[in-house]
Amino acid sequence: MDQAYDDAALARIFRDEYGRVVASLARRFGDLDIAEEAAGEALVVAVEKWAADGIPPNPGGWLTTTAGNKALDRLRRESLRDAKHQAALMITDDTPPEPTGPVEDDRLRLVFTCCHPALPPEARVALTLRLLGGLTVPEIARAFFVAEPAMGQRITRAKAKIKAAHIPFKVPAVADLPARLDAVLAVVYLVFNEGYLAGEGDSPTRVDLSDEAIRLARILRQLLPREPEVAGLLALLLLTDARRASRFAGGELVPLSEQDRAGWDRSLIEEGHALVRECLATNRPGRYQILAAINAVHTDAARAADTDWLQVLALYDQLQRIDPGPVVALNRAVAVAEVDGPDVALAIVDRLPLTTYHAWHATRAELLRRVGRSAEAREEYDAAVAATGNAAEQAYLTRRRRQLV
Amino acid sequence: MTQYLVAVVGEPDYDTLSPEEMEQIMADVGAVVADAQEAGIFVFGGGLHGSEATTVVDARSGTPVVTDGPYAETKEAMGGFSIIDVADLDEALMWAGRFSAACRCPQEVRPFQDDPDADVPTQSEEN
Repeated sequence: MDQAYDDAALARIFRDEYGRVVASLARRFGDLDIAEEAAGEALVVAVEKWAADGIPPNPGGWLTTTAGNKALDRLRRESLRDAKHQAALMITDDTPPEPTGPVEDDRLRLVFTCCHPALPPEARVALTLRLLGGLTVPEIARAFFVAEPAMGQRITRAKAKIKAAHIPFKVPAVADLPARLDAVLAVVYLVFNEGYLAGEGDSPTRVDLSDEAIRLARILRQLLPREPEVAGLLALLLLTDARRASRFAGGELVPLSEQDRAGWDRSLIEEGHALVRECLATNRPGRYQILAAINAVHTDAARAADTDWLQVLALYDQLQRIDPGPVVALNRAVAVAEVDGPDVALAIVDRLPLTTYHAWHATRAELLRRVGRSAEAREEYDAAVAATGNAAEQAYLTRRRRQLV
Repeated sequence: MTQYLVAVVGEPDYDTLSPEEMEQIMADVGAVVADAQEAGIFVFGGGLHGSEATTVVDARSGTPVVTDGPYAETKEAMGGFSIIDVADLDEALMWAGRFSAACRCPQEVRPFQDDPDADVPTQSEEN
């Protein structure tokens, strides 16, 4: 093995194991700062030791043990200064994991702490990426276009609130699980969409948030294998991500109907379809499962013309019963246009209070084009271009506007 | 266990309510307090008179200066509060939710600063 491979392998192990190490220590010592600092120290030791001795057979276990010893060392040092802490140390030392919820995994406790509703949403995202995903503060700051000190402060404040307000480190009770899980899934979906909407990676050092979200969704799936919404979210992310390579061509966004379907990732699609089938068999539908099913219908069609729009519309009807908001209604209108015609869809879109949303203008522009109202379509394309910050989408919309007759 | 202040956000506007509605609120709040007492987590609490009954004392100069009214007129006064002693924020939020539903007003939940004698090992301020 050459050194470059070693470095990559180390980086991958650290990132994969970081959440596990921090979660285990946070549970054991009840303090995120102690857990993070000890995990960081263990990584430093690992870099030196593994370079000389090679990577141990169970690197995650090695890191957890080493970090645990580092944390104990630190507590012993501090306890010398205060005899009372010695007693605290004796109590916290080597406590076995307590059964506090339906699932016994420290990482699961950690994700529910990171995504606690008492924390501001932007802090939930940052904390989850930092503590569970093992991303560094500079990486998270870059990914969200936030200055590094500001991102550092956001994370520090959130950790301080966890500590001061005693936000617990536990899996919620079964009765609270659905609502609390929603908050966790929302964080993962937001992370994915930040990566997905940002489009092409313009900076080679930028973290790929879509990949990170899929990794988090896979962890959740592993931890909560019987929660259909977790399976649904993972399926949704996989089926969306499968089309990544075909979404852009020459710096321009390519809509679903024009995408080169040969460029879609078949293995991701098959994995996503299997999850959707599993959800259908479980028959406890939810928002993410329905969105996944819609994407399954799209990825099932060999050509855009083969799309089963009746099925898509039926799924949007189901989604609208769960989420009667205007954004779902807008997406449903796209299916209505295919089933009942663009004039029917336009009547729906016109009533939606989404005049500041670029997708509303873009959808309206396409519908106006199809019913032959070119002058109005042109104005809507302009409004859509003005409302989006995404250069690839602007390029696409500008071309569509030019093609108007 | 941690003590939390569960405070009514602002002075609830009960003036528009009928005596029956007011009675129902009192009964609902009383039921939550009874449950909290039975659970052994209720430390102390109650409703407060409004700003019309509030007096400010400021002894920073060395001599107590007494003035009428709340300290800052613009700030919403606290309509009432409970102090509860529970395991963690989730439990505090559960009780605060029950108080909120009973008194028909939002509640603010704030932890008391830890008793230093009962504190876990401290660490230096970072970042």
